[in-house]
Amino acid sequence: MFAAEGVARPHYRKLMERFQDMGREEFERKRALAAQSLLNQGVTFTVYNNNEGTERIFPFDLIPRIIPASEWDFIERGLAQRITALNMFLHDVYHDQRILKEKIIPGETIRSAAHFRPEFMGFDVPKDIYIHICGTDLIRDESGVYHVLEDNARCPSGVSYMLENRQVMKRIFPKLFGRYSVRPVDTYSEELVKLLRSVSPDGNNEPAVVLLTPGIYNSAYFEHSFLARSMGIEIVVGADLVVENARVYMKTTKGLKPVDVIYRRLDDDFLDPKVFRPDSLLGVPGLVEAYRRGNVNLANAIGTGVADDKVVYYYVPQMIKFYLGEEPILPNVPTYLSANDADRAYILEHADELVIKAANESGGYGMLIGPQATKAEVEKFRGLVAANPRNYVAQPVVNLSRAPAFCEESIEGRHIDLRPYILYGDKITIVPGGLTRVALRKGSLVVNSSQGGGSKDSWVVDDEPDAAAC
Amino acid sequence: MLRRVADALYWMSRYIERAENNARILDVNIQLLLDFENQNEAAVRRHWEPIINSLEDRELFFSIHPEATAETVVDFVSFEKKNPNSIYSCIGRARENARTVRELVSSEMWEQINSLYLYLGSERSRSVFAGSGYEFFKSIVDASQLFQGITDATMNHGEGWDFLQVGKYTERADRTSRILDVKYHLLLPTGEKVGGNVDVVQWLAVLKSCSAMEAYRKLYVGQVAPWMVAEFLITNDTFPRSIRFCVNRLDLALHRISGISHTHYGNEAERLSGRLSSDLAYSTIADIFSFGLHQYLDRIQSRLVEVSKAMLKTYCDWMEEEGKMHYPLKSPAEA
Repeated sequence: MFAAEGVARPHYRKLMERFQDMGREEFERKRALAAQSLLNQGVTFTVYNNNEGTERIFPFDLIPRIIPASEWDFIERGLAQRITALNMFLHDVYHDQRILKEKIIPGETIRSAAHFRPEFMGFDVPKDIYIHICGTDLIRDESGVYHVLEDNARCPSGVSYMLENRQVMKRIFPKLFGRYSVRPVDTYSEELVKLLRSVSPDGNNEPAVVLLTPGIYNSAYFEHSFLARSMGIEIVVGADLVVENARVYMKTTKGLKPVDVIYRRLDDDFLDPKVFRPDSLLGVPGLVEAYRRGNVNLANAIGTGVADDKVVYYYVPQMIKFYLGEEPILPNVPTYLSANDADRAYILEHADELVIKAANESGGYGMLIGPQATKAEVEKFRGLVAANPRNYVAQPVVNLSRAPAFCEESIEGRHIDLRPYILYGDKITIVPGGLTRVALRKGSLVVNSSQGGGSKDSWVVDDEPDAAAC
Repeated sequence: MLRRVADALYWMSRYIERAENNARILDVNIQLLLDFENQNEAAVRRHWEPIINSLEDRELFFSIHPEATAETVVDFVSFEKKNPNSIYSCIGRARENARTVRELVSSEMWEQINSLYLYLGSERSRSVFAGSGYEFFKSIVDASQLFQGITDATMNHGEGWDFLQVGKYTERADRTSRILDVKYHLLLPTGEKVGGNVDVVQWLAVLKSCSAMEAYRKLYVGQVAPWMVAEFLITNDTFPRSIRFCVNRLDLALHRISGISHTHYGNEAERLSGRLSSDLAYSTIADIFSFGLHQYLDRIQSRLVEVSKAMLKTYCDWMEEEGKMHYPLKSPAEA
């Protein structure tokens, strides 16, 4: 938010006035109010240690992140372009594989991707939609350019925090909303349930839609129940469902009731012990067969994880050109593929300056932040990259833009990212803003909640008339 | 409604009711002691062991504490994490169940149960507890009643609400029988007669712990006798904590769920609850005393267990094969 050191960008001006007017006491009071409100509502995630799960609230920073409308419109166009290309890519990769035949992406990259599901070659998904819900992580560099850090095309989480953060802010700073015209986000759940209903397999007008959760011990359970509640659909665990004659039913007090669409918050591997991991107790035996026969639909589709692979990510700009004939609106973060000899040599030589990531891990796991790592850690990753080049990519450390955050004693600049949520149905819907995650530890670039990250409300507001002057 | 959800609602409701009744039992016993302050230590101890006996947690209790004193029993029934029926455990489990069915309980209900849970885990509850047992137990009873009021006023009175009623009245009938039974275990000091001063004070305490004092007094003006108190708490059909009242409500809720007229039964649970309900309607207190009060209450408790088992089998069992797909949140056996 700072144009130069200490000079706030114009759209933050009113906000800073409000925070500067506010005494320390008032600020503390509001902060406690927000924390209490989140705790009482159970807006928590679970941290496990010593076998005892404790619930924590996702640290919430009171100072909102502001995105001017013009900046947002640009992001929105970029995201719409990207998800369109990704869905076309998934169709292609599970059908003709033109993109491999034309050598835009090496066939080996796809065949060796952990989440590629060759079992589904030639399978047609309803309305040809693979990724219904996408949570794309963006970062803004020091020159103000937004880059895509990753596409979460399997089960992106966090949207409930986006919605709850807004509720809390409205309760605590009602006047501030009057001064800014903040674009509303609360239509998300309605848009999502509309989308889920629209992809019912046989075009059923009154489909039964359920949300499949791994259960209350899953760290995102709050979100699952929040979404089910706000959509007015049943939340089910695997054991609530049963498959008979390739049809999925839920077990109710009045007998078995058919299910048409499953918004699953469970990875492919756990969906059906008959097809994927046989030891999964979370899934439903026979579910995949019902899906194959077109008797039930899954959102997202099985096999979208191939688009999440960090090596495949490298090729998304090429996909956009290939399928849409357009230039990518949002660039990737510059990425080195360790599978390429030249890149690998560079990575091995500069491991201590780079961020190295395993191709199929998420949540801040399986990665090395070179400049902050010990010598031993850097060595370990050098070994990993050399031994298994297909499985690693590297990126330069991007100096993320900062936003003011309240840290311990005062307001300081902290690194942030942005995860907008994209819904892809008969139309593309992106609620304005998204989840802004903030690395509350000084100097930290990691925004994951397990590693001292928190979140902020994200406001898309109309541009200031005098913005150009600054 | 999902079978798992019906199960969770039923248990949530039972656990809250159980926590409330534990608070009632302890509160009354503490107050009772104030009336006999000059008793020796052995006599005081006699006041606490019956609670453990009546709650059927004897074995667990004595594996943790060498003897039943005011401190050990109150702590065991209030905060002991190892005791699955302590107030703390009950509220924790009620909340755990509520968490699985948040799409069905109103936000207000959830916030109430959640803040009660957070309160019980906080320093604040400990200091209230240390300052005055009365304040603490009252806060639990109040919180439970607030929860029930919120439930009535904010939740859809459909099938889910009926499962809450089944849980609440099953538990309440069971607990009232146990509160009565505490008195059975409570021996009179030597030299005291049945119907004597101490005996009357003890029966009054039983009434108090069921919030039944005023209602009782209007019906039995100026008289307190064991058979009258027992008659009131077992067979009265309008007092909301009497066993008969609770069983009637339980029976009605079961019939609302199935949609079958309550003069008939459509499943085993309804058959059992209907039979229990008519036994209570046609039993006199003389029958009960000649059968033996303790034996009678014991029988009531096991018949409630049978109703509950049949109900769970009809509506709630949802696991494919026991043990194979063991979802972590399995409700424990009846207490």
